[in-house]
Amino acid sequence: MRRGMATTALAAGLALAATACGSGGGGDQQSGGELSGTVTFWDTSNDAEKATYKKLAESFEKEHPKVDVKYVSVAFGEANAKFKNAAGAGAGAPDVMRTEVAWVADFANLGYLAPLDGTPALDDTGDYLPQALGSTKFKDKTYAVPQVTDTLGLFYNKRLLKQAGVEVPKTFAELTAAAKQIKDKTGATALYLRGDDPYWFLPYLYGEGGDLVDARDKVVTIDDDAGVKAFKAVKDLVDSKAAVTDATDGQENQLKALKDGSVAMAVSGPWDIEGVRAGKEFKDKKNLGVAPVPGGSASQGSPQGGWNLSVYAGSKNLQASYAFARYMSSAKIQQQTTEQLSLLPTRKSVYTLPSVKNNEMVGFFKPAVDKAVQRPWIAEGNALFEPIKVQMNKVLTGSSTPEQAAKAVGDSYRKILKDYK
Amino acid sequence: MPRTRRKEAAAAPPGRVRRALGTHWYAWTMVAPVVLVIGVIIGYPLVRGLYLSLTDANEANVERNIGMNHIPATYEFTGLHNYTEILGGDVFWGRLGWTVVWTVACVGVTFAIGLALANLLNRTLRGRTFYRLALILPWAIPAFVSVFTWRLLYNEKNGLLNKLLAGGGIDAVPWLNDPTWAKLSVIAVNVWLGVPFMLVALLGGLQSIPGELYEAAEMDGANAWQRFRNITLPGLRGVSSTVILLSTIWTFNMFPVIYLLTRGGPGDATEILVTYAYRLSFVDSPRDFSGSAAWGVLILLLLSLIAVVYRRSLRKQGEVW
Repeated sequence: MRRGMATTALAAGLALAATACGSGGGGDQQSGGELSGTVTFWDTSNDAEKATYKKLAESFEKEHPKVDVKYVSVAFGEANAKFKNAAGAGAGAPDVMRTEVAWVADFANLGYLAPLDGTPALDDTGDYLPQALGSTKFKDKTYAVPQVTDTLGLFYNKRLLKQAGVEVPKTFAELTAAAKQIKDKTGATALYLRGDDPYWFLPYLYGEGGDLVDARDKVVTIDDDAGVKAFKAVKDLVDSKAAVTDATDGQENQLKALKDGSVAMAVSGPWDIEGVRAGKEFKDKKNLGVAPVPGGSASQGSPQGGWNLSVYAGSKNLQASYAFARYMSSAKIQQQTTEQLSLLPTRKSVYTLPSVKNNEMVGFFKPAVDKAVQRPWIAEGNALFEPIKVQMNKVLTGSSTPEQAAKAVGDSYRKILKDYK
Repeated sequence: MPRTRRKEAAAAPPGRVRRALGTHWYAWTMVAPVVLVIGVIIGYPLVRGLYLSLTDANEANVERNIGMNHIPATYEFTGLHNYTEILGGDVFWGRLGWTVVWTVACVGVTFAIGLALANLLNRTLRGRTFYRLALILPWAIPAFVSVFTWRLLYNEKNGLLNKLLAGGGIDAVPWLNDPTWAKLSVIAVNVWLGVPFMLVALLGGLQSIPGELYEAAEMDGANAWQRFRNITLPGLRGVSSTVILLSTIWTFNMFPVIYLLTRGGPGDATEILVTYAYRLSFVDSPRDFSGSAAWGVLILLLLSLIAVVYRRSLRKQGEVW
């Protein structure tokens, strides 16, 4: 889950309907029981991961020599709009896409995804972690297969914390308390706070015991006390100089700050492990520590993220697409993404493999994922982020109070979710 | 030929049309493809947009066939609901206020700088061609490339601008992270992008002013400021009124600078009307086609209004345009 700053080109997808990266080929689907044709795969993994994914995707061709896998890397920040443009226009959409967990319900609701129940794409569903499988369901049908799961954790620079003589903070209050010592002894700021990305607001919200909405009772909950406190917590961290933040380019700035040692800690997920390890501070891989996201005044929690593989309903080559989705979420591929990228598998059986079990990052993130807070898997789930982004920016720049911000987000939620209280 | 003339007079209105068609049929056939194409690529979307703005259409309720999934059209005609909703809320007025400030500031500063530079370049000076080329360069670079470059420069933590300031002992400026700075930053970029156009247009205008006027004024003892006020400015009026109107319309709708630089942020501090309309139809989910169309219609109306009022005021000043 990377709701990173997209270095989007102008008119992200306006012109995309016209591009040629469509599901070309078609192909007769099962001539003689053998799959053939072209499968276009949109991969949304980041720069540090995409080479690995390209190789894994293309290895499908070894098992099905008549299938041509067209690998296309699409920046995460653009992928949602790009897919919607292409799928809505009926031209240029990929056959299979690596879809963020919150997008599945949205796309399914719009009719863009093929239901996978009873198709070869789904096999041995009992093997999937229940949380990961939860994000693939929409209105009693399955619209995706889980590929990797994740949640946020606290990345920390062991050397800097040791030099400052502080423990890894368990709450944001502890972090604030330790910040001055870290600054004085090491010159580094304690935390990089992603102010540009609403996803990073969730640990603060959960930490105060709040949530975006109560999807079961259809109530907007972000504007209650916990929501206000969460905005205040974010503001206090920045005001007290315990954290630095940005309203733009947060993904790049955070990664750079952590890699260069100008901040001692940052909240991020497994997808950044490879990127962080490329930095000069982490030449010694052991210098990178990962701990649970610090808690707020009420509890501790971080959102469940991850990636699923969805099949486009308009794919001209459904059989091969189903087989490809199944392949990319197979135990074999999941094992390889863990070994090479330290990403977390969604299959229980993969966690029993020694190479996965002994992976340090999996060792940390697995318990965190088991406890991660499930987001509301509703069609509007992804739309709930934009209002937070606007208001979080406003709070951090001092143009709104936490109270005003929480109220404004709540109001816009009631506009998005018409039948909510 | 008195007979034919009388005949014409008798069948005056339809006859004229018929005659026009008769004598100019080839012109009409030549124009027809253009009319057709314009009708298809401008007329149809415009009418369709107008229609959508009167409905509650969004991404989830328009008709589509995607492979095995058929989504029927379930949107309804809602009349002026979208418009009352928009005009009754404070989002539109807030964004309009900033859009006006942004447009006036950008056009004003761009015009002033363009005029100053054009005057400088209108003299004979060594290396004039080089300066002209250098000053037109921003125009030659695709806008999004320029904007991304600026974004790198503006980066608060790692950008070149703050590195330079740090060298001078000045604290980092939150270029895009503070509402006021962000507003100044987007205006600066737009000015940078807009100056070459002003420069070229005004330089052309300056060169069409006869040199004798200046000579005569000098003979009469007019100083530089007086010459500028009484010869240059009136001489440029035709050109400047056109470029100001064009530049106002472009700036009002300058999507790429705002969207690529700040995405309307921090918060919604730099969001102008068009970026908000974009947000409605491309960022929010499900995409709000009808709301976005209504915003589009309102923007079109505003711009038409500006153009009409501007033309009127020019005509009052005796300008034929």
